[in-house]
Amino acid sequence: MSGATETAEIPITVDFSGGLEMLFDNQRRHSVSLPAVDANGKPATIAFLIDYLCKNLMQDPRAELFVLDNHIRPGILVLVNDADWELEGEEAYEIQPRDNILFVSTLHGG
Amino acid sequence: MAPVLCANCKTERALIKRPKNHAKLCKACFITVFEDEVHHTITSSQLFYPGEKVAIGASGGKDSTVLASVLKTLNERHGYGLELVLLSIDEGIKGYRDDSLETVKRNAVQYDMPLTVVGYDELYGWTMDQVVETIGKKGNCTYCGVFRRQALDRGAKMLGIKHVVTGHNADDVAETVLMNLLRGDLARLSRSTSIVTGDDQSEVKRSKPLKYSYEKEIVLYAHHKKLDYFSTECIYSPEAFRGSARGLIKQLERVRPTAILDIVRSGEDMARLVPGDSPSSCACKGQNTASSAPVEDDIGGCGSSSGRTPGNEMAAMDKQLRENEAHEELEIDVAKAMSERKLNGSEKQRDLPIRNGNSASKGVARQVRGNCKRCGYMSSQDICQACMLLEGLNKNRAQIQI
Repeated sequence: MSGATETAEIPITVDFSGGLEMLFDNQRRHSVSLPAVDANGKPATIAFLIDYLCKNLMQDPRAELFVLDNHIRPGILVLVNDADWELEGEEAYEIQPRDNILFVSTLHGG
Repeated sequence: MAPVLCANCKTERALIKRPKNHAKLCKACFITVFEDEVHHTITSSQLFYPGEKVAIGASGGKDSTVLASVLKTLNERHGYGLELVLLSIDEGIKGYRDDSLETVKRNAVQYDMPLTVVGYDELYGWTMDQVVETIGKKGNCTYCGVFRRQALDRGAKMLGIKHVVTGHNADDVAETVLMNLLRGDLARLSRSTSIVTGDDQSEVKRSKPLKYSYEKEIVLYAHHKKLDYFSTECIYSPEAFRGSARGLIKQLERVRPTAILDIVRSGEDMARLVPGDSPSSCACKGQNTASSAPVEDDIGGCGSSSGRTPGNEMAAMDKQLRENEAHEELEIDVAKAMSERKLNGSEKQRDLPIRNGNSASKGVARQVRGNCKRCGYMSSQDICQACMLLEGLNKNRAQIQI
């Protein structure tokens, strides 16, 4: 029974745009099954998701284009179900099932 | 967290937190406010006249796509009476411009605007691929930047259009202000802050209607309006992505979002201290008095004057920065010049010599405008920068062919 909670996963969709697609297999939308809790048993937050994406989804070695000093790179916007994550608690936002998280870079040109 | 309601309509869920004033807005209110502010910039700066033909410098990227969309919307909503066309530059970089040009072609259909593409090859006889083949990747941005600046003007001339608008945003202008500040180039700093560049004498004027728009809001506008744009990074300048000034601006924005517009306004205020023309094209506030720091009104407010030099100048600036490091005497030069003026006594502060970052050590006065003896393009030298660069390139090609 305890094993069930440990392996519980949250189904979400993660989108990348504004040039970030290139770090993630040139694909805009990814379906992700995120572990419901982190290594310390805390509910999965966006901070946890960002770390998870770097370790599990990113194809490109240039992680610094996505994360700087363990935080999302300045200039990358994060939208939680279309809302600016600044309205949702930023890194501390707890991921809910079927959430859509969009990472969009403002850093790339035309 | 409970959903936050829009501060404006108080009914819809807020989705946007505005960097300039932290206002929390819903999608519809945000889109309206964004458009209203650009409209305000356009009217208070008297950017256009009815019936004017205007070319939108279109790259397929977020800024120019948003610019085209907003201008079309405002032109119809407020009856500007503008004839809008899209003008794109093909630098001739395989695998880079191809996809974005496809985006521009779709934009032309979506916005019902005619599109003209002018290529470096037809204008200069060189594609950027060929330039890089000849000179290598290092320094190629200088060529590209110089060529692009002229290319937009020449494209506009071909179309009989005297006004080109570009998608430079507040972040871009702040970045340029910082770079020019770091280079000690007040003359260019002055020019780079004005919303309109080029005057009655120049054949094509440039303007930046999005000068006060945050890059963040441009991206959000494109997202929420589901605009079709393309993001890419030039394959020849990977270092530009990690660009120093840009990184600094973005970090500052995180700590204090208003910093970006504050830098733009500081740039405008400094520009007013530079002698010569500082066209106060914005009729919004009293700009001629540097002391009356205008308080931002809630619709966007304008400062004084005009925008940024060509697009891809980060690398060129980086290069010049490195070169300038050697010129420590520049600093001494200005101090000396200032004290000399003081001794002379009679002169006012406005007559301080303004240095140009890349001119070695003389206190250079403002550039005198003339025409290139070779191509006829507006230039402060006998031979314009593009023709100088082309001369070097053509010599190299001749050698290779032998």
